[in-house]
Amino acid sequence: MNRTITVRPGLRDIPQGRLGMWLLIAGELVIFGAAVVSYLLMRIRYPEWGEQAQYTSTALGALNTFVLLTSSFFVVKAHKASLAKDSKNVVRFLSLTLLCGLIFLIVKGIEYSTEISHGFTLRSPGLVDSGQGVASLFWMYYYLMTGLHGLHVLAGMIAIFVVMLQVRKGKYFHRVELAGMYWHMVDLIWIFLFPLLYILK
Amino acid sequence: MNIAHHEMSFWRRYIFSTDHKVIGFQYLITGLIMAAIGGYLAYVFRYNLAFPAESIPLFGSLGPKEYNAFITSHGAIMIFWVAMPLLLAALGNLLIPTMIGTDDMAFPTLNMLSYWFFFLSAIVLLLSFFVPSGPFDGGWTLYPPLSADAYINTEPDIWKSFMTGGTLIILALALEFVSMLMGGINFLVTTINKRAKGMTLLKMPIVVWFINFAVIDFMFSVGPIIAGAFMLLLDRVAGTGFFDAYRGGDPVLFQHMFWFFGHPEVYVLLFPSLGVIAEVISTFSRKALFGYKFIIKASLIAIVLSVVVWAHHQFIAGIDPRMATFFSIGTILISIPFAGIMLSYIATLWGGNIQLKVPMMWALGFIAIFLVGGLTGLYLGSDTFDIYVHDTSFVVAHFHYTLFPITFFGFFAAFYYWFPKFTGRMYNTVLAKIHFWFTFIFFQGFAFPIFFLGLDGQHRRINDYSAFDSLMSSWHISFRQFATISAIILILSQFIFLFNLLKSLRSGKKSEENPWKANTLEWQTTSPPPHGNFVKYPQVYRDPYDYGNPDMKEDYLPQNKVI
Repeated sequence: MNRTITVRPGLRDIPQGRLGMWLLIAGELVIFGAAVVSYLLMRIRYPEWGEQAQYTSTALGALNTFVLLTSSFFVVKAHKASLAKDSKNVVRFLSLTLLCGLIFLIVKGIEYSTEISHGFTLRSPGLVDSGQGVASLFWMYYYLMTGLHGLHVLAGMIAIFVVMLQVRKGKYFHRVELAGMYWHMVDLIWIFLFPLLYILK
Repeated sequence: MNIAHHEMSFWRRYIFSTDHKVIGFQYLITGLIMAAIGGYLAYVFRYNLAFPAESIPLFGSLGPKEYNAFITSHGAIMIFWVAMPLLLAALGNLLIPTMIGTDDMAFPTLNMLSYWFFFLSAIVLLLSFFVPSGPFDGGWTLYPPLSADAYINTEPDIWKSFMTGGTLIILALALEFVSMLMGGINFLVTTINKRAKGMTLLKMPIVVWFINFAVIDFMFSVGPIIAGAFMLLLDRVAGTGFFDAYRGGDPVLFQHMFWFFGHPEVYVLLFPSLGVIAEVISTFSRKALFGYKFIIKASLIAIVLSVVVWAHHQFIAGIDPRMATFFSIGTILISIPFAGIMLSYIATLWGGNIQLKVPMMWALGFIAIFLVGGLTGLYLGSDTFDIYVHDTSFVVAHFHYTLFPITFFGFFAAFYYWFPKFTGRMYNTVLAKIHFWFTFIFFQGFAFPIFFLGLDGQHRRINDYSAFDSLMSSWHISFRQFATISAIILILSQFIFLFNLLKSLRSGKKSEENPWKANTLEWQTTSPPPHGNFVKYPQVYRDPYDYGNPDMKEDYLPQNKVI
């Protein structure tokens, strides 16, 4: 059954990928929104969480905020290079973005290992045994939110890596923008998590 | 462009296909298989309710634990693995590209991926029937603490707590949500971007509007339950206590997260179904849909209201009475837009040239049954009444009076309406009408008596009422038996549908291109539509419901016809 299609259906003005990415981001924000709202409700209910928040390292958190913001800058540079179809610069700036992502994860790992060595884990059995069950709940939320965010950083890095390989072969320049949009979302979520989990004591 | 799809291998063409019609059929078949499983579970526990302590034909004896597991699985399967794929995914995939006049979805590969995620989720769910602990038995709403207690505090054995019914059902739900999110993004982008030339938003058929409304409602309500499922999963396998009151966690928080999604979910299912009814009623009344723009505006209001009604499921969960009043008002308010939509449909019938074809019968049956469900919803929305009947069979009857017409009457209306289009064959009309009458009558016989049992205090999650003397008078027993026998006939009468389906596929009469003389674009191509749907892509000139135009010789005027 061979058919010749004479007219292709007309596409509207909005690029498909961008539209799909915006919708994906909207969906992701509702998921994180739910976690943040639950955290806030609990935080209002338990003022004693402020004590626990003192054990999170504001300095390392601030460093990570800086690293993520820098990575967003590199993604914008990569996007600009992609508009000029300059694959060399795209690859350069995307690698810098990946490097920032990696630094973020390493710093996060250092934080986690310090916290775990102080006995603050997903279950924090030390806190529970000393009758501070409510305090252990703070750490559950801390690991839930930063862990979920960390997974998104990882997913964003994989996406950027794949796009980078494609651009290196001179293909799919428009995907740099899509990966960049996702990366900005990851950045944006961290901007919310940082004050909620680190600064608010 | 030359489409030589006969060169594709069997696997690419029918299994890992990226064609929206094949994917639509995959959803449809999976949904129907799951419906058979859900129906079988219903048969087993209904039989047990009517004739307790008797051995159940085709099953054996049912203990209390299995009873709980079966009602849980029945609820979860029917909503998430039957209604969702049939109404949202299958209809969306089959109808959106053909009705807006395009070749395929915006992201065909994503579309394929979304089906396979769905398939995986169904497998994970069915796997829970074969793990040692059996399927989850704490109710389909997964409330903690029943759903959060897999972890044994002494030695963590992740694998052991992983392979339990509770963990598997949570995982399956998460996979299903991911699948529907991917599919939903695809539907929205396709509708926004790929409409045929001349098809402005206000020239789209209502069913396309409504499937997209369903997706929007889904996308903006599903976040909390995904986060909640993640937390519940951590509670089960990593021993956290998000919902453990001893450690400051809050079990009611999960109820909020569940119902923030769970109630809009009802509208997610209702919208596609209402859209189908709109198409069918307009076509078979040979009359323009009454109040096209009003219907769209009412639906937008309903979407906004749908996220401020959820706590009416939790009136006895210890929520603040002032909050209960707020949610009561929201719940009663949301019936206004839907009542408006129903009245629009009835106004469409008014003075129309009604043809009582098979899809029309299902559409009218939908309206008749759904009105009962909607009216009892008004009672239940009021907190004072709900506290009295909460968790009784009254709620079960109300629920089935809404969800049964949504899922099955909406689906069968769509099935009998579009079957000739997508298979190219006509079904046996007599069998289809018998199928309708059996389903219509025996559904009432099954669900109506339960209202009275519920008002008399019959609690919904008890497998044997013989310990409760007040529920064992002769009318209670005979009502339960009447409901069960009706339910069994209802299930058996679906074999008429199955027989008709298989027979029509094999040897049904060849169908014309436009057997119902309808206006929308999918009828203006061959039956079944070719790969790519249209030989020449249509240009749209008018709205989809131009029936009975006095200037025309025929009583219909296709959207793409040049005058």
